[in-house]
Amino acid sequence: MDILRFITAGSVDDGKSTLIGRLLYDSKSILIDQLLAIEKQSKNKEEGEIDLALLTDGLRAEREQGITIDVAYKYFSTPKRKFIIADAPGHIQYTRNMVTGASNSEMAIILVDARNGVVEQTRRHSIITSLLNIPHVVVAINKMDLVDYSEDVYNNIVIDFEEVAKSLALKDVKYIPISALNGDNIVERSENFSWYEGESLLHHLENIELESDINLTDARFSVQYVIRPQVTELHDYRGYAGKIISGIYRKGDKIIVQPSGLESSIKAIEIGGKEINEAFAPQSVVLHLEDDIDVSRGDMIVHRDHPPAIEQEFDVLLCWMGNKPLVAGNKYFLQINSKVVRSVVKEIDYKLNVNTLQKEYAPKKAELNDIIKATIKTASPVAFDSYKKLRENGGAILIDETSCVTVGACMIQ
Amino acid sequence: MSKYHLDYLGQLESEAIHIMREVAGQFERPALLFSGGKDSITLVHLALKAFRPGKFPFPLVHIDTGHNFPEALNFRDDLVKKIGEKLIVRKVEDTIKEKNLTEQQGKFASRNALQTYTLLDIIEEFKFDALIGGARRDEEKARAKERIFSVRDEFGQWNPKLQRPELWNTYNGKIHKGENVRAFPISNWTELDVWNYIRSEKIELPSIYFSHEREVLEHEGQLVAVSEYIKLAESDIILKRKVRYRTVGDMTCTAAVESNATGIDEIINEIIATKTSERGETRIDDKVSEAAMEDRKKSGYF
Repeated sequence: MDILRFITAGSVDDGKSTLIGRLLYDSKSILIDQLLAIEKQSKNKEEGEIDLALLTDGLRAEREQGITIDVAYKYFSTPKRKFIIADAPGHIQYTRNMVTGASNSEMAIILVDARNGVVEQTRRHSIITSLLNIPHVVVAINKMDLVDYSEDVYNNIVIDFEEVAKSLALKDVKYIPISALNGDNIVERSENFSWYEGESLLHHLENIELESDINLTDARFSVQYVIRPQVTELHDYRGYAGKIISGIYRKGDKIIVQPSGLESSIKAIEIGGKEINEAFAPQSVVLHLEDDIDVSRGDMIVHRDHPPAIEQEFDVLLCWMGNKPLVAGNKYFLQINSKVVRSVVKEIDYKLNVNTLQKEYAPKKAELNDIIKATIKTASPVAFDSYKKLRENGGAILIDETSCVTVGACMIQ
Repeated sequence: MSKYHLDYLGQLESEAIHIMREVAGQFERPALLFSGGKDSITLVHLALKAFRPGKFPFPLVHIDTGHNFPEALNFRDDLVKKIGEKLIVRKVEDTIKEKNLTEQQGKFASRNALQTYTLLDIIEEFKFDALIGGARRDEEKARAKERIFSVRDEFGQWNPKLQRPELWNTYNGKIHKGENVRAFPISNWTELDVWNYIRSEKIELPSIYFSHEREVLEHEGQLVAVSEYIKLAESDIILKRKVRYRTVGDMTCTAAVESNATGIDEIINEIIATKTSERGETRIDDKVSEAAMEDRKKSGYF
């Protein structure tokens, strides 16, 4: 059994909440007391059936206004897999929320309303999916019941989306015709689609191969905390606690500490105080080095072959999430894994229109939900990989120095 | 599957350890909120994995409502002794006296809401800047929106509309003086995940999680333990039932479920088969209003 984290992209009108409600309901993740609560609310509406969409609205303000404020996380599991859904709202601050939800997702389900086909919003969701480098995509063509389960409608949408997918270099795109409302092709293949030969949505979610998504070649370990027991019998104990971001570490491996460049080799690897010979991503371990060298929180311990880049100036694609605009010259803390450095956004190259991919060069500023290409300079060298190559070590956040709020998400180029 | 594949409990464990170490690395005075329930016992187990052979970089803190199950308190003391870590206990009883607070009235008068005062006091007393808690997003719909690092203002308040975006596995713990962060390492675990983890790691639990005979009252379909904290009426019928607890909170607001499950395997089977959610079945305090949890969180509750 493993875990699949996915994001659902679409608005209420596309039936996104209904789809999530359907997955939870049909996988029996919704229990009687939760259903009773929904039924109580559904009675206020003029529908006989339970409104599955109500399952995903968490906060009072949302229920009152019928909107979704923020990313909510939902869970369900089958005997094969545990699923974590990042449910990002469709209307307000969509870019910011989708970027947040997408950052941890291995799959994006992009919902298309069969009646409307590929529209501006579909392109926007696809562009963000591509920017965040989500490895798997499902285009769920929903509301097929409203187009008489027509094969032609489905085929035309597939042809239109193929073009989008090609222009954005989306990987592993799968098309599934569904009706979330009726449950067609959600858990079981529906007889309403006599012409559809593929699998149901849940079957696909359960069986998609995830193992190859983990990079086992480029070993990266970010030091979070140094364990030094202050007791006599463990006087010389000095363990570097952290998570293996990618790759495999073995006893005896020749390593280099970055950004200092100091070299050593791995003396021991521990998990929970027990020694093991090798460990791999995404395990949390403790590493011991042969030499007594200076290593502290935020440093990276990497293999001498396949090292990351070490730079003080680099280009990023940046999603701006702050309420105050970003102007070139502004200073922020930049955090990548456990490393925090001061940084300055030197210049803004262009602003990307997330609906059309058009570039507006040399904009004066970036505002909330803008995606820009910018150059960042840091106060000291940072070890990183390009986001396209290694998501886990290519994504960084910007933090406002005075408000302490997270204001930007950087995909290092 | 290749040998370099971490199974799902391993992934959840690694994520939780990573979050705990981020707290240890980013904050000066963190603490771990320990209630005596299975989720906080799981947190202690994860902390052992994260920091041994070193000491925990934080004390355990227990807010004692005075309405605890004695089995849970004994278990707490034994556990602390066994692991040799520091435990700080503050009593809601004392806060009520000092601050002249008004206690809830009625049959199942609960101190659940009053805990928040003691919690805020202890944060101030020790200048804690981060509190690790065992809340999970699957528990309740307000919690589904909670960040892993959740910033609270100096009144302990949660503002769901002004949450920081949380990206990748990067946790921003920067705060202003007086603010604190609530950190939730098992945010992404479900009730079943916790039980599966307890089984695979052979974690010990207080005896009340397993089937035992107990005197209970039936109240609106729920079974509440007879104790000195509940005002019995003459008309009350005291029943003897085989029960176990799915969650362990106060004796006044935690209901038991009828069960013969004496081992973890049986409990897991019952949870898989159950038709009622954990909080729905066992928490009397969440039923007050549709947004009961949301309101308590906003005013500083976990």
